[in-house]
Amino acid sequence: MQGTMTAKFSEEMLKRIEEILKRYATKRAAVLPVLYLAQKEFGCINDTALAAVSRALKISRADVYGLATFYSMFHEEPLGRNVIFLCDNLACTLLGAESLRDHLEKKLDIRMGETTADGRFTLKNAECLGACGQAPVMLVNDDFYEGLTEARIDEVLEKYK
Amino acid sequence: MRIADLIMEKILLNRVHLENSRSIEVYLAHEGYEGLKKALAMTPKEVTEEVKKSNLRGRGGAGFPAAMKWGFAAADPNTPKYLLCNADEGEPGTCKDRQIMEGDPHELIEGMIIAGYAFGAEFGYIYLRAEYPRLVGILETAIAEAGEKGFLGRGILGSDFNFTIRVHRGAGAYICGEETALIESIEGKRGQSRIKPPFPVNVGVFGKPTVVNNVETLSNVSHILRKGGKWFAGIGPEKCPGTRIVSLSGHVERPGYYELPMGVTFREVIYEHGGGIRDGKALKAFIPGGASAPCLTSQHLDVKMDYDSVAAAGSMLGSSALMVMDETTCMVKVAERLTRFFVHESCGKCTPCREGTDWLLKLLQRIEGGQGKEGDLDLLGEICDNISGKTFCPLGEGALGPVRGTLKYFEEEYREHLRLKGCPLKAGIGNS
Repeated sequence: MQGTMTAKFSEEMLKRIEEILKRYATKRAAVLPVLYLAQKEFGCINDTALAAVSRALKISRADVYGLATFYSMFHEEPLGRNVIFLCDNLACTLLGAESLRDHLEKKLDIRMGETTADGRFTLKNAECLGACGQAPVMLVNDDFYEGLTEARIDEVLEKYK
Repeated sequence: MRIADLIMEKILLNRVHLENSRSIEVYLAHEGYEGLKKALAMTPKEVTEEVKKSNLRGRGGAGFPAAMKWGFAAADPNTPKYLLCNADEGEPGTCKDRQIMEGDPHELIEGMIIAGYAFGAEFGYIYLRAEYPRLVGILETAIAEAGEKGFLGRGILGSDFNFTIRVHRGAGAYICGEETALIESIEGKRGQSRIKPPFPVNVGVFGKPTVVNNVETLSNVSHILRKGGKWFAGIGPEKCPGTRIVSLSGHVERPGYYELPMGVTFREVIYEHGGGIRDGKALKAFIPGGASAPCLTSQHLDVKMDYDSVAAAGSMLGSSALMVMDETTCMVKVAERLTRFFVHESCGKCTPCREGTDWLLKLLQRIEGGQGKEGDLDLLGEICDNISGKTFCPLGEGALGPVRGTLKYFEEEYREHLRLKGCPLKAGIGNS
């Protein structure tokens, strides 16, 4: 906990937070965008990140933690360099998402929710990515890959180092 | 006749196939911001009246008349007022709003500006689901373009109307698609629904009068202003006019998204536009409006796709996400998969939803896994009754859709699971 006493954002991030605050009627409303910034700066929402957000927005650390754990886009552990979200909701499952999950787990030698030993990939399941007409789908970092097959997955993964 | 005449005419997706369809130049070259110009020459009240004439009903799922919401918010003396665009498209099966925002973001922005003018809002937010990261940039670019041309900001097109739009990225919570949870989330809180009343039109975001409209609803507005409420009211069924972007998924030959007049039949969507069931198999069931909508079967193929007809058939049109399942699909597995989603997404505020969905899932998993017991089906029904009508928001009610629908039409399949101590269709789902 010692490190968290002085935890704060870099000057550049503090400037960005100032900009974000202008968009809202209250300071508190900036907390989701600021949590995204914290995740970027600290790698995940760990104690240091919680303390920095708490200090920047004058919200208690427990309160920030309550928010970070409510929303599934915030992570308590560092993720891999690339994050794969494989959708396994109904539309994707109807078209084979479960066997694609098995394929990914085997290929990367990890289970859902885990990160490869070399830190290259984190594998997560997603609850509907909103691309159901092109199922099955996955999101790798910011990009959608639709109409997936095992061969297509193998091809896509090559692009990410 | 009304429908047949307009079958090929698209309203919302008529620009998305153009080259550089996102750019303001292309938008302006194709009647873009004409609706706004017309609106600004009218009084706000006249604009609301025009949209009232169109009978535009909310496309998020509930089908509430859009102009009525505006009227309520306009009547509240409290200021400033807020317009929140619900772009938290999260109902499983739904991929319609993304098509508009990705292909024609100005269509949404113009609709928002007109709506803001109609009820006197100064600030607009687009609450965008986290799973669409690329859209943040697309929307912000379009907002900046609109600002440079004087369509956003202070004194829009020489009027005394000021309006700004900000993109607010959600963080992965389905519940935030519910309007009061969305408001809580923008305020920087956990996305947990509020009890109503007070309604958001009086006490919404930051305690101010707030209208929450879906992307597809707002995207219709510029067209209504441009071509008139009467024109819009003439498309599709009288009580629910306009088009609908149907997200078609599952076991069909041509899944995708289709903009069709309200009131086309499920048969037409599945067999004509969707090319029928894949690999010559037979239809078993379809979910007409996203995960929350109870499934229907082949006897309902001639039901029309509008809010009232689907409700009369015992389900709901919701977000018009049509998920199609062939004869190899296990309906217990379908219920189990969708229930797992609702367990994950329950915000935890109301006990019946938080605990009840979890118990539904446990029962469904044990039935599907072959450990179901006599009496489990009654117990499922009992838990559904204990959730129904006892939660703050519609998530709890929505979670019952998959269970009640499958139990209603496929009770025998559940019983077979109990008899065989396992799934008779194990090879089906996911392996087609």
